[in-house]
Amino acid sequence: MIGISPEALDPDALVRAVRGDEHGAVVTFLGTTRRTSPGDPRPVEALEYEAYPEMAVAEMERIAAETRERFGPLEIAMVHRTGRVVLGEPSVVVVVAAPHRGPAFEACRFAIDALKARVAVWKREVYADGGAAWIANQP
Amino acid sequence: MRVRVLAFARLRELVGFGARDLELADGATIASLWDGLAREAAELPAHRASTRFARNGTLADAATALTDGDEVALLPPVGGG
Repeated sequence: MIGISPEALDPDALVRAVRGDEHGAVVTFLGTTRRTSPGDPRPVEALEYEAYPEMAVAEMERIAAETRERFGPLEIAMVHRTGRVVLGEPSVVVVVAAPHRGPAFEACRFAIDALKARVAVWKREVYADGGAAWIANQP
Repeated sequence: MRVRVLAFARLRELVGFGARDLELADGATIASLWDGLAREAAELPAHRASTRFARNGTLADAATALTDGDEVALLPPVGGG
């Protein structure tokens, strides 16, 4: 399952979607909204995401294919939120199910790193004082 | 020709729209489209180096010639995750 969603993410549903009897390892990565910003002293209250859905999903499909090619056999699910994501809520979920934990961990790390570098999603930090700033990922 | 322009995140704020149909002269390129937008939005030129473009959902360089019905997206540096 690959997608962009304006609704709250359900990691357990993604685990159920990818897990199979041939899998001895399931690794889940959740990216969540954090109180502290690396670049601003103000407390963060929420993150707001927007996406170019057609390009974002196409790139996530390519990343899933590359992940399977490098670390497979495996199953992978990857969903990113749009809209307002409050403290503690996940903005992105990556789940990899594989026969063994080594490839499962490596594949999950590869997929989230590629997503952050390549997928057409943008993030705005919203601060407790009402201010906001667009934040780009470090290349 | 008529082209649909999409702008995201900071670039959306600077050009003042998320999606708009624009009438362009024949022979227009992504670069000439950008230059036209930059004349209207004072802060836009400073973002040229960090902006990538897509034509019909595929990354494209600024020299790309446009045709009627194209969709051009202005993409700031990504921030997913």
